[in-house]
Amino acid sequence: MSLTPAELTSAVAGGIGSSAQRPDGNLKVRGEFAYASDLWHEDMIWGATLRSPHPYARIVSVDLTEALRVPGVYAVLTHQDVPGQNRYGLEHKDQPVLAEDVVRYQGEPVALVGADHPETAQRAMKRIKVEYEVLTPVVDMETAVDDTPLHPGGNLVRHVPVRRGDQHAPAEVVVTGRYEVGMQDQAFLGPESGLAVPAEDGGVDLYIATQWLHVDQSQVAAALGVPLEKVRLTLSGVGGAFGGREDLSMQVHACLLALHTGKPTKMVYNREESFYGHVHRHPAVLYYEHGADRTGKLVYVKARIFLDGGAYASSTSAVVANAATLGVGPYDVDNVTVDCWGVYTNNPPCGAMRGFGAVQAGFAYESQMDKLAEALGMDPVDVRIANAMSEGSVMPTGQVVDSAAPVARLLKLVRDKPMPPLSTAVDLRDMPGGVSNTTHGEGVVRGVGYAVGIKNICFSEGYDDYSTARVRLQVINGEPAALAHTAAAEVGQGLVTIMQQIVRTELGVQRVTILPMDTSIGNGGSTSASRQTYVTGGAVKAACAAVREKLVELAGGRDLADVDLAGLLGDDVIDETVQWRHRATEPIDPETGQGNAHVQYGFAAHRAVVDVDVELGLVKVVELDCAQDVGKALNPQAVLGQIQGGSAQGLGLAVMEEIQVEGGKVRNPSFTDYLIPTVLDMPPMRIDVLELADPNAPYGVRGVGEPPTISSTPAIVAAIRAATGLALTRVPVRPEHITGT
Amino acid sequence: MRVTVTVNGEQRQADDVWEGESLLFLLRERLGLPGSKNACEQGECGSCTVYLDNTPVCSCLVAAGQVQDREVRTVEGLADGDRLDPVQEAFVEAGAVQCGFCTPGLVVAAHDLLDRVPRPSDPEIREALAGNLCRCTGYEKILDAVRLAATRKADPEGAGR
Repeated sequence: MSLTPAELTSAVAGGIGSSAQRPDGNLKVRGEFAYASDLWHEDMIWGATLRSPHPYARIVSVDLTEALRVPGVYAVLTHQDVPGQNRYGLEHKDQPVLAEDVVRYQGEPVALVGADHPETAQRAMKRIKVEYEVLTPVVDMETAVDDTPLHPGGNLVRHVPVRRGDQHAPAEVVVTGRYEVGMQDQAFLGPESGLAVPAEDGGVDLYIATQWLHVDQSQVAAALGVPLEKVRLTLSGVGGAFGGREDLSMQVHACLLALHTGKPTKMVYNREESFYGHVHRHPAVLYYEHGADRTGKLVYVKARIFLDGGAYASSTSAVVANAATLGVGPYDVDNVTVDCWGVYTNNPPCGAMRGFGAVQAGFAYESQMDKLAEALGMDPVDVRIANAMSEGSVMPTGQVVDSAAPVARLLKLVRDKPMPPLSTAVDLRDMPGGVSNTTHGEGVVRGVGYAVGIKNICFSEGYDDYSTARVRLQVINGEPAALAHTAAAEVGQGLVTIMQQIVRTELGVQRVTILPMDTSIGNGGSTSASRQTYVTGGAVKAACAAVREKLVELAGGRDLADVDLAGLLGDDVIDETVQWRHRATEPIDPETGQGNAHVQYGFAAHRAVVDVDVELGLVKVVELDCAQDVGKALNPQAVLGQIQGGSAQGLGLAVMEEIQVEGGKVRNPSFTDYLIPTVLDMPPMRIDVLELADPNAPYGVRGVGEPPTISSTPAIVAAIRAATGLALTRVPVRPEHITGT
Repeated sequence: MRVTVTVNGEQRQADDVWEGESLLFLLRERLGLPGSKNACEQGECGSCTVYLDNTPVCSCLVAAGQVQDREVRTVEGLADGDRLDPVQEAFVEAGAVQCGFCTPGLVVAAHDLLDRVPRPSDPEIREALAGNLCRCTGYEKILDAVRLAATRKADPEGAGR
């Protein structure tokens, strides 16, 4: 097998707006698509990572002697073998490649082994003797700032205040609540993996599953102490990401082993190690107070939000900004007092996961809207519609929402769908508890709930967020053929399909090849913040425009529509590379949170229908309907796939998914104990897709991936509340929350 | 130890197999067949599903030594040359593939279901695929794919095409 992924070529019709098929689909269904964990190299060795068993401890000594004696072991490395900077991080370089004198979370990498077989590496790891002096971990996010400082600057990663309007406005009706969100895992199926191959120039070629090649490249080069150009990354097949691959995992480790041993080094985490090896969604504690008049119109929202960043900062700063600036939800509120704190603790590090701060806030503000409706005796959808923001609304940051914000319409769409029938014939598979045969309908109560959410699309707060695309056009075998190349990571979402569709539409060709994604071309930015179709799509479109300009020159005044493209091109090759940026954003004021921080806003609404076995606390989500505005559906089938998949992850957070952490230790690092929705848990969805073009975005697109993850969770919990009459202020909702046992 | 096994109709042999290795490791790392996937390696996700003597199993839970002189059929053995199996074809067309890491296991599980139950009801499809985790799709399009494949297999020249 070649280490370089296959070029993906399709020669079919299928421009933007059509449901063109994935160019990698055939390879994937045949089992021939090369994921990072599938890579193999002659003479390769296997790397393994020794991790801290303690959430917080001082390392007294490390003895490698016995490990090095194991036959088949090529290298055992510690922080002393890190030739460059032993610190990395997305926003703050605070995380060691390998721990030095202290470990700050359970699972922190301490040493590496390179060996001829994964089992040899495991046996050698067990012979590394690390003496720890165990320390009392900091585990409470609400008090962490005043606890033992875990980093030189203390335990506050970032505080974002947002102040708007009258800070003391009185209201006729006031509802308050305290809410909690548990630690969710991305649980992508393809484990962290990659293969590092030492190069003759002293550098390294890394084949890797990641969300952002260039930010990996710069962090790896700094840790290895080699120039950037000597670290070359190629994207291997990525088995899902959802935020969990923004941070480094085994990238530097594999390169260290490869450079030390001179041998290609493969590292693959198993599922347990994967739970320790990547950041999670921040757990949150949120205090809310909503004030409204008697008609249900919001007068003010006050919130204090705590996010547990865990041992290292990762992207906590940006998550804090999202939770704060989106903290009141998609509602018009004149008076806002929001504070959000992201803190260090000795819990597992937390960072990016689909929804990125907006999920935690969304659960709390939507729970509050239901509580407000109840206090007023209003319908929960009506109270939302009475406050729904729309185009022209002003965010709590002062930013004017200058494209479609059809919040009321989305709510009406999900409300007006027909209700699923109450099941008459008992099929156990439709019952709470399923084939466990816990009920045939007795004790089962139906509930319906609604929610709507808001998410910023693309990178915010003045970040120079761009992508680079190269498009080449030439005649191959008598037919015009295009090639597109970027460094933007395809992680399963279908960027490769969208790129082909854009090229077909812009250049009028059918045959389009997507080159493997690598660092030989400029930065493509991160596959996150629902941004790749917008930004890399925009870059591909712009590169096509540059190619078209050259075609127009060749045509010498003739209309391109009237010209035979192959004849016009002849032997010429047109090859254009462009950088493309979305419109600039601004930092927010550190005292007031005011500023045009975000590029674009995305909205989705859900209606959930649930059956609850109130005696056993078991929940069956019967139907989960969604309405979302996507600006322009470049690939309608892929858009539905994003909405369905995002809603399923929201369902997981609502009723089952939580990394359970006690005293800083993870109790359930496996798919046996960390449950994600199966096909029996995920109900049918009826989906409305609106296409209200954003005039600022390429083709009018609006980011799709994240909004459905936000409103899915609170809609399901609202439905469980409706069925049970319980307050349910924490997600995931567990059976004991319902039964009270 | 040495393991001799028929894989996708071909007799294969692997030497120096450690007794603790799984069938999944044997296929992926020793026989050059990485199509079966290593998502959990503890029998929870179904992404490593293969046929062992015509019974679908999680290959991560089968010791390599257990397959001596037996027949294994993997996702790589479902297509007829360039022609995809109807299940594979339907997965691509229905949009049931995103990252695709669960796809090999789901394709084998769906293939087995349609061999046993040519026209399954939705609850039957859900029950049959309940051992296969997918994190991208929310399963809706996987259900679409199985329904489409069932229609195609029942009536190869018919309206489903």
